Amino acid sequence: MADASIGLWTVPLAVLGGAIRVSTPFLFVSLGECITERSGRINLGLEGTLVMGAMSAYGISYLTGSPWLGVLAAGVTGSLLGALHAGICSLPRVNDIAVGIALMLFGIGLAFFLGKPLIEPTAPRLPAIDFGWWSDIPQVRAALRINVLFLIGVAIAPILYWAFKTTRWGLLIRTAGESSDAARAMGHSVLLIRLRATMVGGFLAGIGGSFLSLFYPGSWNEGLSSGQGITAVALVIFARWDPLLCLWASLAFGGAAALGPALQSVGVTSGYHLFNAAPYILTLAIMIITCSPKRTLTGAPAELSITR
Amino acid sequence: MDFSRISRRHLLQGGAALALGGTVGARTAQAAETTIGFIYVGSRDDYGYNQAHAQGAAALKKLSGIKVIEEEKVPETDAVEKTMESMINLDGSTLLFPTSFGYFNPHVVKVATKYPRIRFEHCGGLWTDKDPKNAGSYFGYIDEAQFISGIVAGYSTKSGKLGFVAAKPIPQVLRNINAFTLGAKLANPKAMTQVIFTGDWSMPVKEAEATNSLIDQGVDVLTCHVDGPKTMVENAAHRGAFVCGYHVNQSPLAPKAYLTGAEWNWEALYPKFVKMVTSGESIPNFYRGGLKEEIVKCSPYGGAVSAEARKHADDMKAKLVAGEYTIFKGPILDNKGKTVIASGVERGQKDPELEKMDYLIEGVLGATS
Repeated sequence: MADASIGLWTVPLAVLGGAIRVSTPFLFVSLGECITERSGRINLGLEGTLVMGAMSAYGISYLTGSPWLGVLAAGVTGSLLGALHAGICSLPRVNDIAVGIALMLFGIGLAFFLGKPLIEPTAPRLPAIDFGWWSDIPQVRAALRINVLFLIGVAIAPILYWAFKTTRWGLLIRTAGESSDAARAMGHSVLLIRLRATMVGGFLAGIGGSFLSLFYPGSWNEGLSSGQGITAVALVIFARWDPLLCLWASLAFGGAAALGPALQSVGVTSGYHLFNAAPYILTLAIMIITCSPKRTLTGAPAELSITR
Repeated sequence: MDFSRISRRHLLQGGAALALGGTVGARTAQAAETTIGFIYVGSRDDYGYNQAHAQGAAALKKLSGIKVIEEEKVPETDAVEKTMESMINLDGSTLLFPTSFGYFNPHVVKVATKYPRIRFEHCGGLWTDKDPKNAGSYFGYIDEAQFISGIVAGYSTKSGKLGFVAAKPIPQVLRNINAFTLGAKLANPKAMTQVIFTGDWSMPVKEAEATNSLIDQGVDVLTCHVDGPKTMVENAAHRGAFVCGYHVNQSPLAPKAYLTGAEWNWEALYPKFVKMVTSGESIPNFYRGGLKEEIVKCSPYGGAVSAEARKHADDMKAKLVAGEYTIFKGPILDNKGKTVIASGVERGQKDPELEKMDYLIEGVLGATS
């Protein structure tokens, strides 16, 4: 009988598998936040959007039997929350960070309230595509069962990079983010641009939430996000507002999240609290390395309230 | 006479309030309705710890003359004191079940001192003589049910590797892991249990990752000790592994993969408590028990459990109920080779040493720190 275990190779494989499985919510939230922040606004409420997205996706999937309708519902819910954020921030003398924190608490609270009857039922899940068909090793096959949302996220990153660089609306978003005066002088409404950017950002974050409840871990409960939305917002700064770097950063965070359990499973048991904290340590380390009191972060949109 | 304890609301509640306020010397007549308050730390339909208690509360709702009030998601802070006070003062509860471990000290102790005529029954705490007499703690030896799960798991594994997704290395969790492993070794002497600690009671992504890592290591039967086993059960079944449940019966989540499980049996215990209260007896302040006392139970076997496994598990269950078997019987070595229970020593379920367990036995892969 062939030994089903592949020993220490599990660790890199689990990190790879984890990078694919765990990174998707990070990826969607960070890409969404990237669009919003490039337009000159920070939406810290994406943690709430992520949780609301997860809840509404699960609810709609359960009620209609179609997980894809759930994904759509999550996106729509996310863009509504984005519109709410942008709407409040359009008022004079409103601080977008404070509104974001309020909306984060609102989104989480509302999701817990509405999601109460959804904890028990089991909703249809999103399907996975088997990319490991070439391998006989079940572990490899399991690691390469990839969800379409991950692939969509991976595709969005370069498209967004290209769009920021070369398209008209990419330029408009960047103008609004770098100098609202310039955008206004060109005859564009900065508030409208930011409204749209925040709504698109919310849409993506909502879809990130639907991945959590409909694919991995794959059910709705109140501990589902445990701060992934906030981590993803921090990730945007770490990725220098660059969609391609957001992709790599999300993969790194996903892999880091898988490291703790994977090491324990091969018998490296000392300091598992430290390994479990790996994603957070990574965030802190990068923030410390990249920050400087003497200059603003390179790549930071000039209109952001943290850089202004 | 102590009128300060009678609020206007109590007076309005007539008979119940009279009995409560102590203005009538003896318990003259039963109040028309006894109100019982349940407090949960999480959501009551989490397929886990809180749902088990809620099922117990649901059993009380069926009794006549009993009114049950519930509050979910009450954190283990001052908030639980406020909830308890409002259940006493606004709803007229005379018996409270604050069900989460962290409620006991200082919160239950404080409120119980303030309301000496209200009965507090706390799950999991260690009541001692120094604590108020109107408070009590109860808990079940669920490791007996985990031991039975271990036997079934030992027969069902092909690789001989079992997996345990655990939250934190505290005595109750370690005791479950060890009992599960002892059961498995009884069925299959070569069986090993690999444990992964996620670090907290509810970490769905970590639990899913732990489940996947264990299965990647060749584990083919999994169980857990976290607040909501749903994540582990669904993800393990998804990958084709067998599962043993925890807290409540999770077989509806994975009917084909579910072997058996260690469940709380609060729906049997709570009506007993209420009967004691309504008949004027007092509930023992320190209440413990296992399969025999019907505080814990095993889920019905799933279709994949072999006849041999069923027979062995049923025999062992009967022995535990009859009190003829000791799970923690020396010699037992920990997984570093040190003797933790010497040869000839039998640690019965009520042995306080077991409530201080800080080791993993031989056959468990993992570490407590």
